[in-house]
Amino acid sequence: MPTIGTPTKITQGSRTKGGIGESTLRPDGILKTTGEFAYSSDMWHEDMLWGQILRSTVAHAEIVSIDTGEALATPGVYAVMTYDDLTADVKNYGLEIQDTPVLAHGKVRHHGEPVAIVAADHPETARRAAAKIKVEYRELPVITDEASATAPDAVLVHEHRDDHHVGHVPHPNVVHRQPIVRGDVAAARERADVIVEGEYTFGMQDQAFLGPESGLAVPDEDGGVHLYIATQWLHSDLRQIAPVLGLPESKVRMTLSGVGGAFGGREDLSMQIHACLLALRTGKPVKIVYNRFESFFGHVHRHPAKLYYEHGATNDGKLTHLKCRIVLDGGAYASASPAVVGNASSLSVGPYAVDDVDIEAIALYTNNPPCGAMRGFGAVQACFAYEAQMDKLAAKLGMDPVEFRRLNAMEQGTIMPTGQPVDSPAPVAELLRRVKAMPMPPERQWESSEGADVRQLPGGLSNTTHGEGVVRGVGYAVGIKNVGFSEGFDDYSTARVRMEVVGGEPVATVHTAMAEVGQGGVTVHAQIARTELGVAQVTIHPADTQVGSAGSTSASRQTYVTGGAVKNACELVREQVLEIGRRKFGTYHPAWSTAELLLEGGKVVTDGGEVLAGLVDVLEGESVEVEQEWRHRPTEALDLRTGQGNGHVQYSFAAHRAVVEVDTELGLVKVIELACAQDVGKAVNPLSVLGQIQGGTVQGLGVAVMEEIIVDPETAKVQNPSFTDYLIPTILDTPTIPVDVLELADDHAPYGLRGIGEAPTLSSTPAVLAAIRTATGLELNRTPVRPEHLTGTA
Amino acid sequence: MDFLRPASWEEALAAKAEHPTAVPIAGGTDVMVEINFDHRRPEYLLDLNRIGDLCEWEVGEDTVRLGASVPYTRIMEHLRPELPGLALASHTVASPQIRNRGGVGGNLGTASPAGDAHPALLAAGAEVEAESVRGSRLIPIDEFYTGVKRNALAADELIRAVHIKKADGPQQYSKVGTRNAMVIAVCAFGLALHPSSRTVRTGIGSAAPTPVRAKAAEEFLNAALEEGGFWDNGKIVTPSVAKQFADLCAAACNPIDDVRGTASYRRHAVGVMARRTLTWTWESYRGTAARTEGVA
Amino acid sequence: MRVNFTVNGRRQEADDVWEGESLLYVLRERLGLPGSKNACEQGECGSCTVRLDGVPVCSCLVAAGQVEGREVVTVEGLADYAKQRAEHGGCATGACGTSGTSLEDARPGVPPDEAWGRAAKGQDSQTGEGTGSSPHAALAPIQQAFIDAGAVQCGFCTPGLLVAADEMLERNPNPTDADIREALSGNLCRCTGYEKIMDAVRLAAARQGEAV
Repeated sequence: MPTIGTPTKITQGSRTKGGIGESTLRPDGILKTTGEFAYSSDMWHEDMLWGQILRSTVAHAEIVSIDTGEALATPGVYAVMTYDDLTADVKNYGLEIQDTPVLAHGKVRHHGEPVAIVAADHPETARRAAAKIKVEYRELPVITDEASATAPDAVLVHEHRDDHHVGHVPHPNVVHRQPIVRGDVAAARERADVIVEGEYTFGMQDQAFLGPESGLAVPDEDGGVHLYIATQWLHSDLRQIAPVLGLPESKVRMTLSGVGGAFGGREDLSMQIHACLLALRTGKPVKIVYNRFESFFGHVHRHPAKLYYEHGATNDGKLTHLKCRIVLDGGAYASASPAVVGNASSLSVGPYAVDDVDIEAIALYTNNPPCGAMRGFGAVQACFAYEAQMDKLAAKLGMDPVEFRRLNAMEQGTIMPTGQPVDSPAPVAELLRRVKAMPMPPERQWESSEGADVRQLPGGLSNTTHGEGVVRGVGYAVGIKNVGFSEGFDDYSTARVRMEVVGGEPVATVHTAMAEVGQGGVTVHAQIARTELGVAQVTIHPADTQVGSAGSTSASRQTYVTGGAVKNACELVREQVLEIGRRKFGTYHPAWSTAELLLEGGKVVTDGGEVLAGLVDVLEGESVEVEQEWRHRPTEALDLRTGQGNGHVQYSFAAHRAVVEVDTELGLVKVIELACAQDVGKAVNPLSVLGQIQGGTVQGLGVAVMEEIIVDPETAKVQNPSFTDYLIPTILDTPTIPVDVLELADDHAPYGLRGIGEAPTLSSTPAVLAAIRTATGLELNRTPVRPEHLTGTA
Repeated sequence: MDFLRPASWEEALAAKAEHPTAVPIAGGTDVMVEINFDHRRPEYLLDLNRIGDLCEWEVGEDTVRLGASVPYTRIMEHLRPELPGLALASHTVASPQIRNRGGVGGNLGTASPAGDAHPALLAAGAEVEAESVRGSRLIPIDEFYTGVKRNALAADELIRAVHIKKADGPQQYSKVGTRNAMVIAVCAFGLALHPSSRTVRTGIGSAAPTPVRAKAAEEFLNAALEEGGFWDNGKIVTPSVAKQFADLCAAACNPIDDVRGTASYRRHAVGVMARRTLTWTWESYRGTAARTEGVA
Repeated sequence: MRVNFTVNGRRQEADDVWEGESLLYVLRERLGLPGSKNACEQGECGSCTVRLDGVPVCSCLVAAGQVEGREVVTVEGLADYAKQRAEHGGCATGACGTSGTSLEDARPGVPPDEAWGRAAKGQDSQTGEGTGSSPHAALAPIQQAFIDAGAVQCGFCTPGLLVAADEMLERNPNPTDADIREALSGNLCRCTGYEKIMDAVRLAAARQGEAV
């Protein structure tokens, strides 16, 4: 079980049961275990039609012609639509840059791009009809890497860019470039006793959330549409959907359905617009459900990256400088690429104090699959590289890798390469100390009286070794992730909180547009309301667009930002409740006007604990409702030339120790244990905190040893769009994950909490790689590492 | 698409004769994926689930007659003593859910080089009982695989059972995948010692267009074991013999590069598995090995 | 074609079934039982696990026509199934819900906020009403253990895991960790890293042991 560090001080309502700091259970737990929880793919409507998307079979081509005649003539088919059927002026969408066509216009830029859509009375009818659409392509050369993208005669992936990055990029096939220059690298380099260089490759990871993209669009009588959808951000979807439908946002109503995981993969639109278009065209409800094959084409992936690093250090183990260049492959459309570049560049130094840096990060436009948000984006790729560098430097200096890291660890007050001071606890050295101090798992656990238990060995049930060739290795890594949206983004959330008496009990209702994607935000909102309002019963209203934006469920930000908004709204509600109390009962007790008052256990009490009134009596015949936006501290854009600026609002730190056993002859890896230490600021719900840390850790493990979307460099076509060949860890691949949770309050954040979801995904991967390097003695500069790489047979 | 539901074996044969393009479906492991993913739209699906005797087996004097649809789970639970290699192979098949429905008949029908049962069948020695309205025949396993996902069945034939030689000595099976469970073979290797005939048989999966035996390796090892009197004196197989056997097994491969692995890795891994499985089986034959089959 | 079979103890008839439909599709789209999940439709994830004549299978790999006359138990019927098993003395799992074992700090004593999730089903006819479901039935012990242990996050893998874990505990009441991992190796989860799922199954086994 976890050890919890020094608790953060709670100022409000600590005596109300089920408040923050407790492991209250999920409000949706029962429905999710009985099968009744309605995910977006479970939606159903009488007379509904099924939508199907026809996708490009080639990566880069001009569309010569599309013939939909035969498809339209198929019995049971209600509509077939192509680009020519789009009636609104706006025909593109995109998170930051609107470069993505709703349906391909004259050209396809990646394998699997939507070309046409069909609605029919049965999914098989829709599939057969889609197969009858004849598309003639004239293939174009494919852009697949930096060399082909930035060649002087390179074909432009987007011919007519007019976005706000185009002015500062070195080539139109570069989406965004962010340099960060600070100090004097040349001088610092002179001071270095050792220099270590490395070139690293990070493979394309998929979010592989289990619930494929799906939703139901129902036409409304007023000419609008109601979309039941699984997404990470309702209002961002709305902002992109409405213009393409030619509707005002008020006529596009959105309700969040059950979301089967997200991890960044639902930040962009997938089938939203297509379902709405078909519903509006046919006048019937339209449901679209991707299968797993289509899901691999239906969302962006983690940017694959090439990372070129040079570090120097003195003989006494102090880092002198960092030079690095990070090239991210953004694929055919921009998606979140600019933000990924921002994270990669500003966090490329890792959680270390280095004064002299020369950093550059770019994202490319290519004809590879579009890449965008995935848990820890930008920071994940950088962490893999800088942690490999730390091990190389330690080895070169003859130092212990953990001690070397501790010696260079940043702390509160350290100045980031962007010039921004770290203004809250940064217990990097402490996390490393803790993770190293955890007891080691026993050796040779596979041995039993019955012989070797292959389930405990590399290869598992496949029975490849009974201990032969198996070598243990241990590796460490630590990482830094920014929390919340950075670089001057107006990152806010809205909460509506209502308090009233229902059935003789005071009840709070919390209404936000926060996308619950599994992380447990709904659990936390109820805890906050109990803590702030002293009630037992909290109703969590379904998330929809009838309330203001909650921002995205990403960047580890929801507990911080929407949690902050709920806390803020609750505080305003509390003030109004107390006002009513003063009005009704103020004359009966002087404390109403003189003491600090709290709401606890269904009562108004003084900070000394004296009960002044029951909430039922105060709220009798009254109700209080507040809707309010809430913002964290503002951030600044990074200077486009120097990268200087207060770009981030908060950081999150985690460290891992990986223990692996490698069958060195077959190149098979069994991760025995992945211990993690993380500072969470305040564990608002300790059980959920562990769930986030362990889940993130295993996604990091996946990309260390198995997960990669393989794209053919000749054709830019995806080779493994299925769960048969895109492998994610099973329960037999997953080790025990002991977690040590540290709680050092960030005074700038609600309850002192820190966003936690992403940090564990960062350090897990390099820790596993480091352990494999220890076991094998190999350099291993790419992830995922495959058996070929461990056996010299790549 | 039509769904044919024969209630008996005779009805199934008649249906297959009438509709030679009918695709038999039993455990659904391959067929349903192809349908779900729109890779295949057969004119007829021929459901074999209602034919109970396909799920039965008989243990005879020398062979086990294994019904085509006996689930892998049953093989693991009930036939480990008679068919240790196949039981080990069965345990590597996909997931518990798949093992509960899938059987050897499906592996043979699909004839994918990656089918998990093939190396074990090749190593043990087996015959496929194929039948049509024209009659029944036994196809030696060595002649069954005719190409990538092609087999020796005629269009009107169905697989009724597999006759597998009962183990007369230790057998082993290894499979390399890039995950510790639920994984398609990158390559696989089966090995059976046959002390009664003083021979060794092998099977290689996923490292050639079809499942194959490493015949040169077998011949080499048979000769080496005979020459050194190993079958009688029970000595340890010398490292040089084991190495040459492994090298010949690797040389028997004719693999390709694909998303699951490189050709070079497959050759390498088959060699390693050949050496290890030889060690395990031979140690077991010598009676000195720690028991590993029970937990593997 | 028409398919008749039994789901969660109730006779069901599905009409106009396309021959290529899977059992999973029929359950979800024709019988209003969407609890079995459609995560991969290729037998790789276990989210659609149901019991077919008692045996856990991937319902995406069962052709609808193959279930004619057979018995299916889905996650919607799991609580009743466990209850009946307990009553018929197969094992005492039915008593588990009231036993004393609890995960450290896992039971706060606050009722879950039920409005969330039910309301998320959408309004009016937006959901297929579960004709075979029993919304107010008590939970099976394995369901309670998943909730208590924090084994549910997005929940998409949960139904399949519950069916698989329940069946394992029926066969093997005292599983080792390796046994649990092997039995659940056909069920992918992307959220939890499986640790809380291990906790949940251990918890259910311990409660089951106590109740005997």
